[in-house]
Amino acid sequence: MILLTRKAEFSSAHYYWNEAWTKAENERVFGRCANKKGHGHNYTLEVTVAGEVDPVSGFVVDLKQLKEILEREVVSVYDHRHLNLEVPEFAEGTGMVPTTENIAIAIWRRLEGKISGAKLHRVRVYEMADLFADYYGEL
Amino acid sequence: MATSAGPRAYLSRRYRLSASHRLHSEAYSEEENRAVYGKCNNPHGHGHNYVVEVTLGGPVNAETGMVCDLGELDAFAQANLLEHYDTKNLNTLDEFCEAVPTTENFTREIHRIFQGFRGAKVVRVRIEETGNNSFEYGEEFGKG
Repeated sequence: MILLTRKAEFSSAHYYWNEAWTKAENERVFGRCANKKGHGHNYTLEVTVAGEVDPVSGFVVDLKQLKEILEREVVSVYDHRHLNLEVPEFAEGTGMVPTTENIAIAIWRRLEGKISGAKLHRVRVYEMADLFADYYGEL
Repeated sequence: MATSAGPRAYLSRRYRLSASHRLHSEAYSEEENRAVYGKCNNPHGHGHNYVVEVTLGGPVNAETGMVCDLGELDAFAQANLLEHYDTKNLNTLDEFCEAVPTTENFTREIHRIFQGFRGAKVVRVRIEETGNNSFEYGEEFGKG
C-alpha cells in the first residue's frame, strides 16, 4: 500500500461561537476567537489517500483528478469565504464551531467516497504553521 | 458546561526552544566518547533551536469543537516546557544528570512531561533538532 498526499490552500474568515451559551461564556471559553466580526487564516490542507499502485499507470490515483476533487469539494467552497456565514456545515443551527479540528472533520465528510481507486487515509488542516489538526475518520 | 464527545481527532502544536547540550557518557572513556559522539562531545557544549511538536488525541468536544483548550495547552507548555528548557544547558538539569541529552532522550522526557497535561492525551512528541534531524516518540494512532 502506498500513501499519497496532495496539498491545497484556502484563506477563510471565521469566529468561534456556541449559540447555547451566553456572550460572557463564549468570550470566556473562546477568548479573542469569539469576536463576531471574525478573523481569518491562510489554511493549508493536506489530504492523504491510501491505495495500491495500478500496474499499468503506475499511479495510486490520478493526481490531476485528486486536485480537481479538492478544488471542487473544498477550495471553491471555503476559499475567500466566511466559514460561519457562507459554508453550510458551519452555519448557525448546525452546532459545528469552525475550529481546526471541525474543519478537518468537515473536509473528510466532503471527500469521503469521492476519490475513486483509493481510500481516504488522513485529512490534515494547518491553521498556521505551528497549529494543525488531523482526522482519520474515527468516530 | 456539559461535555459531549464527538469524533476522535488529533491536535498538534509546535513550540520552539533554544538550548545547549554536550553528548558525553560516563560509561565511555574520553577516547570512546570522542569516537561515539564526535563534535557533539566538545567539552564546552553546543546548542540548537529545537522545534517541539506535541500531538494530543481525543474526542472533539461537541460544545467547543476542540480536542483540548489551546490556551490551557499553551499555558502548560509555557510553564512545563519552555520555562524549564528554553535558553538552558540541558546537561545541568536533573533529568540529564545520568541520561545523555540526546534528542532521543529529550523526546522521551518531553513526552513524559506532557503526560501531566490533563486537557487531552499526548499521543506523540516529535522534535526537530535541526532542519535535517527529527525524532518521534509515542504510540500508533489514527488508522493504518
